[in-house]
Amino acid sequence: MEAHAHHKENFITKYIFSTDHKMISKQFLITGVVMGIVGVIMSLLFRLQLAWPNQEWPIMEALLGKWAPDGVMDPNMYLALVTIHGTIMVFFVLTAGLSGTFSNLLIPLQIGARDMASGFINMLSYWFFFVSSVIMLSSLFVESGPAAAGWTVYPPLSALPEAMPGSGMGMTLWLVSMTFFIVSSLLGALNYIVTVLNLRTKGMSMTRLPLTIWAFFVTAIIGVLSFPVLFSAALLLLFDRSLGTSFYLSDIMVAGEVLQNQGGSPVLYQHLFWFLGHPEVYIILLPALGISSEVISTNARKPIFGYRAMVGSILAIAFLSFIVWGHHMFVTGMNPFLGSVFTFTTLLIAIPSAVKAFNYITTLWKGNLRLTPAMLFSIGLVSTFITGGLTGLILGDSALDINVHDTYFVVAHFHIVMGLSAIFGLFAGVYHWFPKMFGRKMNKTLGYLHFWVTFICAYGVFFPMHFLGMAGLPRRYYTNTAVPMFDDLTNINVLISYFAILGGVAQVVFLWNFFYNAVRGRKAEQNPWQSNTLEWTTPVEHIHGNWPGELPEVHRWPYDYSKPGMEEDFVPQTVPLTEKEMQTGH
Amino acid sequence: MFILVGVLGIIAIVQAVRVFEISARVKGDDENKVSDKDNRTQGLLLLLFLFFFLGAFAWMVYSWDSVILPKAASLHGADIDSLWAISMGVIIVAFLVTQPLLFGFSFLFRGSKKRRAVYMEHNNKLELFWTGVPAVVLAGLILYGLTTWSETMNPSPEDEPLVVEVYGYQFNWKARYSGTDNKLGYANVRLIEGVNQLGLDVNDVSSLDDKVTNVLHLPVDRPVMLKFRAQDVIHSAYMPHFRVQMNAVPGTETQFQFEPTMTTAEMRQDPEVIEKVKNINELRSAQGKDPYEFDYMLLCNKICGSAHYNMNMKVVVQTQEQFDKWLQEQKSFAETL
Repeated sequence: MEAHAHHKENFITKYIFSTDHKMISKQFLITGVVMGIVGVIMSLLFRLQLAWPNQEWPIMEALLGKWAPDGVMDPNMYLALVTIHGTIMVFFVLTAGLSGTFSNLLIPLQIGARDMASGFINMLSYWFFFVSSVIMLSSLFVESGPAAAGWTVYPPLSALPEAMPGSGMGMTLWLVSMTFFIVSSLLGALNYIVTVLNLRTKGMSMTRLPLTIWAFFVTAIIGVLSFPVLFSAALLLLFDRSLGTSFYLSDIMVAGEVLQNQGGSPVLYQHLFWFLGHPEVYIILLPALGISSEVISTNARKPIFGYRAMVGSILAIAFLSFIVWGHHMFVTGMNPFLGSVFTFTTLLIAIPSAVKAFNYITTLWKGNLRLTPAMLFSIGLVSTFITGGLTGLILGDSALDINVHDTYFVVAHFHIVMGLSAIFGLFAGVYHWFPKMFGRKMNKTLGYLHFWVTFICAYGVFFPMHFLGMAGLPRRYYTNTAVPMFDDLTNINVLISYFAILGGVAQVVFLWNFFYNAVRGRKAEQNPWQSNTLEWTTPVEHIHGNWPGELPEVHRWPYDYSKPGMEEDFVPQTVPLTEKEMQTGH
Repeated sequence: MFILVGVLGIIAIVQAVRVFEISARVKGDDENKVSDKDNRTQGLLLLLFLFFFLGAFAWMVYSWDSVILPKAASLHGADIDSLWAISMGVIIVAFLVTQPLLFGFSFLFRGSKKRRAVYMEHNNKLELFWTGVPAVVLAGLILYGLTTWSETMNPSPEDEPLVVEVYGYQFNWKARYSGTDNKLGYANVRLIEGVNQLGLDVNDVSSLDDKVTNVLHLPVDRPVMLKFRAQDVIHSAYMPHFRVQMNAVPGTETQFQFEPTMTTAEMRQDPEVIEKVKNINELRSAQGKDPYEFDYMLLCNKICGSAHYNMNMKVVVQTQEQFDKWLQEQKSFAETL
């Protein structure tokens, strides 16, 4: 490790092919932000179409060209936009952008390690992600358009170029991009697991890990166990598309031609996809919950309530996440008994989730809350986690799912519980650790402005969608004007679109605050939030190896905030136990 | 024009942002430290948000009550509606307990330099309580849910249901009635040819009396077993008024049995439906469109291509006599050949 301090850096090894986890973390974040901008712009385009169908928008023609003749979006382009929006948000922003950023930044810093176990593999992880992003974006420019079969790309629709233009070249690029993405994800996750297990500093036992690290660690394990299954699903789909195999295809006539494929099952793909797809929800959510645990405890100036229960519920959620995938498939015609089993396991997840929600709320009780922008986003996260989680009781119940499956009720549910919670966790993390990442501070007032507009618009967009779903409106409809029974939903759609546009524009405030202050912001002090965890004992200016001298030694858990008998309201993990503490065992 | 407004809007925001930043910087060193004043302001805003949120929720429930689906028009649908009501009740209670606690605590315990937080690591009794209560409530919901699911999906075989096939293809639906033998003849996409759009087997005797139609007619108060087939990609037959949904999967046959309890004519007299239709027609006449009359619908609810949004079939529920008369008038497969 000493060698690290001496080796020379040039521009390329420092900023591009860096093996330093802090730089890689910034690379993940900035790539994630860029992908996020693309994803949000797409959603604004299809919100325009949904609220004002058939209206001519010059901006559509400017952006979409032949896919929006006279400024009216083509139905195929609508499907492509929802597909790529979903793919980008789920994988590129909330998986790589969130987990890649904060696992990389915080794992070595919070466990007291000089870097990741393998800096080189870490670098590869980013570059596979980068290539994957480039391929995904390039698919927007192919002649037949990007993939358009929904972000879940169910075959046969995704397997047959005859079925829709998006299943041509765009779909091939989607699969190739996802393959690179999975490799990136696995390389990252293996590194995180090994680093947490082997490189903890002296005194940092597993029960003294901050909850952020617990969340990243368990997330990495979930990823390693589930992403390979998506890889196999994608590979078989690639075979069906290109080599004439029949894993997912049987008895099909499309565009007037009978295909030779026989004996496959499209439902097999769904099993494989959701075996990743459901754990993926927790790959997205757990890091956000870990971040909010840390942010809430620090800013409540109080220990996180029920540390052991929090760790236990993370583990319980992780375990259950592997045995609930079938709740995405209640109406595929699978055996009703199997549906019963998946209903049972799915509803069980509500128990550890409820424990987490109550523990967050109790952490606030009798705290001394410092309402920073990061804290506000964390409170927002708890709110959306509860609101969105509760409707899971409806969708996880097979009997009730029959009537709201694939309607806007589902869109509302997963956007609130997974999308909003995770994006709020991402924002909370950025506001909280910005001084650590860039050695500078973000503007507080702008942070407040960003939070309030984003929070209100987020609920304004997704809460009304419950009602659309209860009216029976299917998702992925280009317009609901083709069916008169939905005519009274237009006003709700217009309201949603106004909130979406306002919320989207509000992100400019964040972007400006982020990029301007990354370069020009006021210098941060070493421990701006009076936090206990190890990352705040490193120098403000980044150095290779993180700590200039010896690695710090840990003497206590990370949540000694407002401890009685202590002068300050925080006690960093590096402070040895006092005599009184040793006697009482606390 | 829109681009111009958008660009100007963004420039205005960025400029306002600059002013914020500069004025903050002029004020002094602690521009980004959270002061007691910030805690008061933000705490108050969180409390105000709670009232706004609950108020907006109440407003939505009140003013959008008429857009949601009317009560179920099928036997099992009524059970699903009861389960829905109870689950929704549990959810709303949990929502109304936790959100006020969250935002209320955020306001009550807003920070102050004069105070210090209470050190509290855990409390086993409390934690047992809020693990136990959800566990008990869930046990009830799971039992109730599984009973309803099981009764819906495993109907009694003694029902002797009317068997009808629903066939999906890009981008329309067809219905196939089994004719006098109440038995659907064999069919496969490989046999599709000319007028034989559904690929019926001409050599299968039970095919010959089958009847293929563009509208799904069903008799009221009689169990019907729908069998689903798809020609090209996965479609999903979604009949929201009956609380019925099942995917149509190429290469596999799926099914759903249910019993309609209200004819189309009866449903049109339902007060909820009358109100909804009235609202829709007010909007339609403002746009100069023809008036709308209520009909049951079967909608495609699995993404299937460019005209997915327009792939639907009218469903007509009528008395047994009306149904028999209608079916009589339809041509059998043998007659169309």
